[in-house]
Amino acid sequence: MTAAQAAKSTEAPMIQLKKLNKWYGEFHVLKDIDFECRRGQKIVVCGPSGSGKSTMIRCINRLEEHQKGDLIVDGIELTNDLKNIEAIRREVGMVFQHFNLFPHLTVLENLTLAPIWVRKVPKKEAEETAMFFLNRVRIPEQANKYPGQLSGGQQQRVAIARSLCMKPKIMLFDEPTSALDPEMVKEVLDTMVSLAREGMTMICVTHEMGFAKAVADKVVFMDKGEIVEANEPEAFFSNPQNERTKLFLSQILNH
Amino acid sequence: MANGHSTAIGGPSSGGLMDSKAAQWVRANFFSSWWNTALSLVLLYIVGKTLIWFLGWGVFNAVWYGPAADCRAAKGIGACWAVFPEKWRFILFATYPYDEQWRPALSCVIFFALYVYSALRVNWNGRLPLVWIVGLLAIAFLMWGGTFGLSFVPQERWGGLVLTLILSTFGIALAFPLAILLALGRRSHMPAIKTLCVVYIELIRGVPLISLLFMASVMFPLFLPEGITIDKLLRAQIAIIGFAGAYLAEVVRGGLQALPKGQYEAADALGLSYWQATRMIILPQALRMVIPPMVNTFIGLFKDTSLVLIIGLLDILNAAKTAVSDPAWRGFGPDVYFGVSLIYFVFCFAMSKYSQQVEHELNRDRHR
Ligand SMILES: Nc1ncnc2c1ncn2[C@@H]1O[C@H](COP(=O)(O)OP(=O)(O)OP(=O)(O)O)[C@@H](O)[C@H]1O
Ligand SMILES: [Mg+2]
Repeated sequence: MTAAQAAKSTEAPMIQLKKLNKWYGEFHVLKDIDFECRRGQKIVVCGPSGSGKSTMIRCINRLEEHQKGDLIVDGIELTNDLKNIEAIRREVGMVFQHFNLFPHLTVLENLTLAPIWVRKVPKKEAEETAMFFLNRVRIPEQANKYPGQLSGGQQQRVAIARSLCMKPKIMLFDEPTSALDPEMVKEVLDTMVSLAREGMTMICVTHEMGFAKAVADKVVFMDKGEIVEANEPEAFFSNPQNERTKLFLSQILNH
Repeated sequence: MANGHSTAIGGPSSGGLMDSKAAQWVRANFFSSWWNTALSLVLLYIVGKTLIWFLGWGVFNAVWYGPAADCRAAKGIGACWAVFPEKWRFILFATYPYDEQWRPALSCVIFFALYVYSALRVNWNGRLPLVWIVGLLAIAFLMWGGTFGLSFVPQERWGGLVLTLILSTFGIALAFPLAILLALGRRSHMPAIKTLCVVYIELIRGVPLISLLFMASVMFPLFLPEGITIDKLLRAQIAIIGFAGAYLAEVVRGGLQALPKGQYEAADALGLSYWQATRMIILPQALRMVIPPMVNTFIGLFKDTSLVLIIGLLDILNAAKTAVSDPAWRGFGPDVYFGVSLIYFVFCFAMSKYSQQVEHELNRDRHR
């Protein structure tokens, strides 16, 4: 494991944030964020509500615009250039807290739309890929239903499959389980764990510390727009350095 | 309980099951309290009185056929439907040459055929625009003529039902895409486009259609270079499209705003371009949400085409008005207007019913 990581660390990181800053009007949401994610790495981001976690990962695929600093994804510098933005969005998949499936399309259409129109994959091939990933998330029988007919957990798995159909190099997750009923959290986490085991590069905002312990290579703690602490999960949980991290962990683990 | 009958609700009664059910329904809905009973009786009286009067005026005492003198004799007692057998050609076709009136008649039939064809969902495919183009070309050929043995009929002589159909069909068909562009433009991040759309919408919406028609007919030609003329019908048509487009744009914008932000974000995150997302994700959902107010605007537009009378075009309503200016039939305006209103009603009611059905079918897919 460490040998493999050492080999990987010589190549350029997949995602690189250098002194990233963002403001909402007067409000300074992201303050000098330095952050790296290498190929195959799984990073869990946690922190109190309003600390800027969502904002940070949404900057990576330009759902939010940063004002200062550099952001490089897979060697492409994120600027106002529409070409670069589109190129990055093709490589980066995103899973949202509220799924954001397209309710007027069937599950299969949800999965094939972007591959057909963005990647220009022939329809038949796109459908085969879609069925492959629906099998992976274990709901192939729902292909012709509409999202509104599925349970929350099923919808979130469809959303994960929809992102995977674009064959992304990186997956971003923004609290993928926090809108789910407790009994559905596990099925989504299982899907994410198996994805992680297959070597996908993942950045995941979540408060599921079990997931962090199981698959994360690094846990990043954010507070008030800053990265306060980042460490390997073992050390992060057993030996937090910063007072704010300690406070946060005591709150979240006592639940 | 003012009418405290002894037959208790739900108790065993000698009447059949159906009988007692109907009685129960009537009692529950119309006579559940003394106030309800009083209201029901008053309404029954008013409705009954009106119906009796209407049947007397419109059916039993009406003059269905005959010379104007018969109508005059029955004035105030019965309606004068006799004006229709006498004047229907003028009302439907206005000043179109009498012997050629089969041409606008056939054009109307083609319009109906196009409506029916487009209303069926199985025909919503790539052939639909083609069918429309062919249909409209046929109508243009019939109306203008000038070739293949058909005599040329200048646009000034068109009128009646076909004129109403032309104005409203093109009005709806072109105001709709205009409205979508205006609504998208108003939400654009590009200041120039946004300003342009806002100014257009607010300016046009803030002016009565009549004054737009008037400007189109009187002032617009003044701005055209010498030698170029655009005929009156086209100018009225442009005014109607521009007006309805501004109204409809706000309806469409309502739909765009009601769509959750997550839909835009998911489309962006998947790498869809602006136009791809708009076409496949945003508009299908946004438009579906605003079908009722959209149809409301369409119905309004259909009826507003009658305002072209201000610039002297003879649409069906204006043709009817002109028909009763014939001295022999003077004074029977209300009767004629009543008949023409029925035509308007049939179209508007059909639109309303059809839109309800479409809405129902589109929502059936979703079970939200
Ligand atoms: N569009 C916006 N305009 C202004 N302020 C915003 C906007 N979006 C977010 N914020 C503010 O930015 C801060 C960071 O928000 P963000 O959504 O990134 O937090 P978060 O860490 O993801 O929190 P949560 O755990 O609640 O999702 C919050 O204080 C929020 O109020
Ligand atoms: Mg968040």
